[in-house]
Amino acid sequence: MSAVPTTRPTRPGRPGRLDRAALTGVLVREIVNFGSYWRASAFSSTVEPTIYLIAFGFGFGSLVSKVNGLDYVQFVGTGTVATAVLFSSVFPAMFGTFVKYTYQKTYDAILAAPVDTEELVTAEALWISARAGVFGCVPMLVAIVFGLDPSWGMLLVPFIAFVAGFGWASFGILISAVMKSIDNFSYVTSTVITPLFLVAGTFFPISGLPEWARILANVNPLYHCVQLVRDAVFGLSAIDLWHLGFMVVFGLVAWRLAINRMEKRLIT
Amino acid sequence: MRPPSDDGCSGAVFVSPITWRARRVASGFVSDPSPAIRLRGVVKRYGAVTAVDGLDLTVPEGTCVGLLGPNGAGKSTTIKMLTAQAIADEGEIEVLGHTLPADSKPARAQMGVVPQLDNLDVTLTVEQNLLVFSHLYRIPRSERKAAIDRALDIANLRERRGARVDELSGGMRRRLLIARALVHQPRLVLLDEPTVGLDPQVRQELWALIDRLRTEGASILMSTHYIEEAQRLADTVVVVSKGQAVAVGRPSDLVAEHAGAEALEVYGPPARLREVEEVAQMRGWPTRRTGTSVTILRAEDLDGEAPEGERRVANLEDVFVLLTGEEIA
Repeated sequence: MSAVPTTRPTRPGRPGRLDRAALTGVLVREIVNFGSYWRASAFSSTVEPTIYLIAFGFGFGSLVSKVNGLDYVQFVGTGTVATAVLFSSVFPAMFGTFVKYTYQKTYDAILAAPVDTEELVTAEALWISARAGVFGCVPMLVAIVFGLDPSWGMLLVPFIAFVAGFGWASFGILISAVMKSIDNFSYVTSTVITPLFLVAGTFFPISGLPEWARILANVNPLYHCVQLVRDAVFGLSAIDLWHLGFMVVFGLVAWRLAINRMEKRLIT
Repeated sequence: MRPPSDDGCSGAVFVSPITWRARRVASGFVSDPSPAIRLRGVVKRYGAVTAVDGLDLTVPEGTCVGLLGPNGAGKSTTIKMLTAQAIADEGEIEVLGHTLPADSKPARAQMGVVPQLDNLDVTLTVEQNLLVFSHLYRIPRSERKAAIDRALDIANLRERRGARVDELSGGMRRRLLIARALVHQPRLVLLDEPTVGLDPQVRQELWALIDRLRTEGASILMSTHYIEEAQRLADTVVVVSKGQAVAVGRPSDLVAEHAGAEALEVYGPPARLREVEEVAQMRGWPTRRTGTSVTILRAEDLDGEAPEGERRVANLEDVFVLLTGEEIA
């Protein structure tokens, strides 16, 4: 374990007590800033999953007619929602957070104001997940153009994307707090995010995978997001409580860990 | 040419600061019951490095205290501890009546911080930067517009309110950084090297701004390694070296006490300088090196045997070098 003494009194605040005014302050900063970069952000967060959707939809779609009883475009059109959520939350959280506290020193200014690390991390995660809630719907809307039938359950998708996005945003903040250099992010991308992205039942069902990969998929929050989105669109059942529960627990754990590690990083 | 260390101490510009300093000091910093900042025996270590080593510091309400010290003296660490962004290992810190770090949030709400490094949002406009901080500092909606206008006026940026920060000059960005810290009319302002790296005109502009702030009654703690800055703006200067306060007092008192009234600068080749130092040591004259010269302090006490040289008024830099053996800007 780490040899750094951790017995010092830490900064204020009782855990779990979030000032609304502090959260609002951080959110306002993000919203005002979003006005200057929203085009680039919306572009990168939505175009990439849409390309996946179109490439797989046409590519595999010509080989595969039905997957688990769904047309392939329906299968992949709902699956890439999770991809869009992942891309629009974990990467902005990792890179954005690192840039803000290391290069731009933005967090120094925010923490000098009446805002604590807990509130800062929470507001940042909420903001990124709100965006993910919107961006996540884009592949689904594109899939409608290509033959995905609209359903009432689709109205739940932004909320599912928000919950999933909160977990991935917190995870990304956690990574940025732990990493010493921005170059090290590629380790996480290659060894964690890419495998989770592939073994999530997005492009192919996990039922065809070996057992170890199926077990891996079941502890993959992205898999639960994919399942929940698909079921929301095509019909919910009791098992979706398990999917939702897993995502919520993942989000809460990642959130608390992100706060903990970020506080160690920001408060010296 | 006059020696460079002269310019902080002579000429008409220096007269008026002394007047207001005297006035402010007379108005009572001697035994203020509740100072804006009180540090007692504060220690801060980073691994094997002790950045702050038993620092005592008091900023009486309504005064400007200058933390004067070279790079690495612990000034920035001290400022970080005042916003609980660094947590002291030992000692007591009280800010605006709040004990840190436990009770730092209400203290931070009444404090404005001007950081050493520019951390404005560069893709936002001047006004948007202030708007963001009006929210972070919880200014009620009804007062927000007036607060932003007031901050724009302080920084003289009203005409540039719609300009993006990355279009501004270095001086304007600094002014905005200060305005941002003042948007909520803080009772206490922390300035960390407010004019570092700026050209002389911009520096003077900022001094005027800081001076106006103090005449309006804010308490100020300013760290600097510029002698002239401390001498012009601070009611009290705390000379910091290796994490400790080595001298505290009004700038003029410190000079009088430690360096006397006049200094004699003797120029010459290295051999000549060594010779002068030897003579001075024999006779017990206090000296300091100034790079190209040897300065004999308390030159007013020298008899006719003093070597040839240029006489000048003693200054804070003399005090600093004498007390710490360190050269600063």
